[in-house]
Amino acid sequence: MTRTNLGVGAGAIRVLLIATLLVLNALVGLGHGPVAARGLAQGEDCATDAAGGGSPAAASPAAAASPAGGGGENGGTPPNIAFLPKDVENDYFVTAAGGAEEAAAEIGGEFQQVGPATASAAEQVTYVQTLTQQEVDAIVVSANDPDALSPSLQAAMDQGIAVVSYDSDVAAEARMAFVNQANSEAIGRIQVQIMGRLLGCEGEIAILSAASTATNQNAWIEFMRDELERPGYENLELVTVEYGDDDAQVSYDTTVELLTAYPDLRGIISPTSVGIAAAAQALEAEGRGGDVQLTGLGLPNALRAYVESGTIEEFALWNPVDLGYLAYYTAAALVDGTITGALGETFEAGRLGSYTIGESGEVLLGPPFVFNAENIGEFDF
Amino acid sequence: MTTADGAIGTGPSAGRLRADRLVGLVGRVRELGLLVALAVLVAAVTAREPRFLSLNNARTILLAVSILAVVAVGQTLVVLTRNVDLSVASIVGVTAFVAGDLFKQNPGLSVPLVVALACLLGLALGALNGALVTLGRVPAIVATLGTLYVYRGVAFWIAGGEQITVADVPQGYRDIAMTRLFGVPNPILIAAAVAVVAAYLLRTSPVGRQLYAIGGNPEAARLAGIRSDRLVFGAFAVCGLLCGLAGVLWGSRFGRIDARAASGYELQVVAAVVVGGVNIFGGVGTVLGAVLGAVVLGTVANALTILRFSPFWLQAISGLAILVAVTLDLLITRRVGRALVARRNR
Repeated sequence: MTRTNLGVGAGAIRVLLIATLLVLNALVGLGHGPVAARGLAQGEDCATDAAGGGSPAAASPAAAASPAGGGGENGGTPPNIAFLPKDVENDYFVTAAGGAEEAAAEIGGEFQQVGPATASAAEQVTYVQTLTQQEVDAIVVSANDPDALSPSLQAAMDQGIAVVSYDSDVAAEARMAFVNQANSEAIGRIQVQIMGRLLGCEGEIAILSAASTATNQNAWIEFMRDELERPGYENLELVTVEYGDDDAQVSYDTTVELLTAYPDLRGIISPTSVGIAAAAQALEAEGRGGDVQLTGLGLPNALRAYVESGTIEEFALWNPVDLGYLAYYTAAALVDGTITGALGETFEAGRLGSYTIGESGEVLLGPPFVFNAENIGEFDF
Repeated sequence: MTTADGAIGTGPSAGRLRADRLVGLVGRVRELGLLVALAVLVAAVTAREPRFLSLNNARTILLAVSILAVVAVGQTLVVLTRNVDLSVASIVGVTAFVAGDLFKQNPGLSVPLVVALACLLGLALGALNGALVTLGRVPAIVATLGTLYVYRGVAFWIAGGEQITVADVPQGYRDIAMTRLFGVPNPILIAAAVAVVAAYLLRTSPVGRQLYAIGGNPEAARLAGIRSDRLVFGAFAVCGLLCGLAGVLWGSRFGRIDARAASGYELQVVAAVVVGGVNIFGGVGTVLGAVLGAVVLGTVANALTILRFSPFWLQAISGLAILVAVTLDLLITRRVGRALVARRNR
């Protein structure tokens, strides 16, 4: 994306950048093993082909539409929208609610978050019924069970209440739109892109996955392999995929063994929250943190200590603030009639820009979010 | 073992004397068979990948099996009495989580206090197992299969989907597993200390000998006036206590704990005990054997990754290695037994 915009001037800047990095490497001894071949700034990736494969280049969405973007179409009364997360205690949903509140303030709508204290589908049904009686304009739900909630949500829709699912979908006939935070392709590719950036597109890397049968991880790994096939990644070599079974001990031990088995290993990608934390712990205990780069998927609270110590420079996940924000705008657009949830409809979502409804009512949040030392302080989940 | 073999039938010679001594040694110290198997394994792997044989990698292996070894010591006590504790992994998991949760809910709690509480919780859960088996007369395999799920369920209930992260526990707690003494990580030292104390008590104390008697022949033990129930109860309780200690080490070492911590670990523990030559039907075996069994299992797992075997083969090869180790150990002990008989008949 950014690459296609780079002209001659940018090329010269890059040469300068590389030269500076080379000098820095020589001076400080930053480079372990071969000197980094290419220096990449934040947001850049190794691929030299035109930004194909839907590579998300920027960490945060570039589009900065006017905050009141959605407000213009909202001619009638301000919408009264209720969020019903899996459980209200979970920091992840508390963080997402912050985004929803932000959106509510921009539109001038009302926002409330209700739900069970511990994830329970049965309790969620009760909340749906209560919200239906309250005649809220929209219910935004993250389902503890895709099917258990369907009858009550359908009853709500029959009463003219807009239903949007986010984070965890319900049966397609029980909601009008689903705000999807994760796209396998983008999630898979970004991890390789981060690693390429950290290593200057060069060196041996390994993947430490969850169980060898984990559907999500396997889908991501396929896209990681595909990303590595792109020109620009010739010198980034995937030497092995190991499985830590989402078990702290197995993941930890495997990480240490990888260091011995592959003495030239320079990076580990762990697309699982258990794996990346155990690998970080192992690298620190072995005194190899920062020497062997580590990235993957994880939660900020679990990885904060490792980001602060420099063992993990960057890791990816989606941004729950943006998820709550987009879910609120989606619900508001359904309430004011801008969209009905049909394929191809578009709507504005404030600072996130314009969104289009995809297959089976899906609204895709966008590129994964990259957490690093600068921004991790803003998140508590 | 070839020396022992050659010794039989050849005339008296210096070689025979040496063989005699070796036979006597192996006869007395059953673990030697396993040590030989371990040496063969190490030599074979090193021949293919010299990097395998290094102080650093030895430390990696010992650290990897240290928690396993602590639990295996507890399991040995139980197995010696002709029982088994399948709930060990659940006790490790629940104590690891509760210890972490105590810090999370009450920041500033003293580390020794939490360690003591975790060990006490392990002791209580182990005692409950012991009560079910001795008072309730429930077969150990059934009782502890039940508590395996109950204890794990309790962990899930307490956790409610939450997890403990490194940020939730104080540095002092992390230090338990993360510090080193003369380059040796603490968990290795703790496991070694536990094993040495348990081995010494089993070998020399009356209670230790009575545990063997119960497993060797329960009826005879009863007639000899050994209070079996008390001792079996005690074995389960101490096993639980050691699981509590293992839970502390687990939480301290990995930092991130969820309700699934150590799931499935019980089978590794039983495997270590069996590979270590502890008879699953009680009465035979030593703590040092069980620890050695854990080391053999850890060495196999480590070697497979170092030799760059596909992870898809890992479980099958690990299982095969268990069979080979047990068979080799059996062959050696049988040979030695025959040699001993031959010597006696001489």
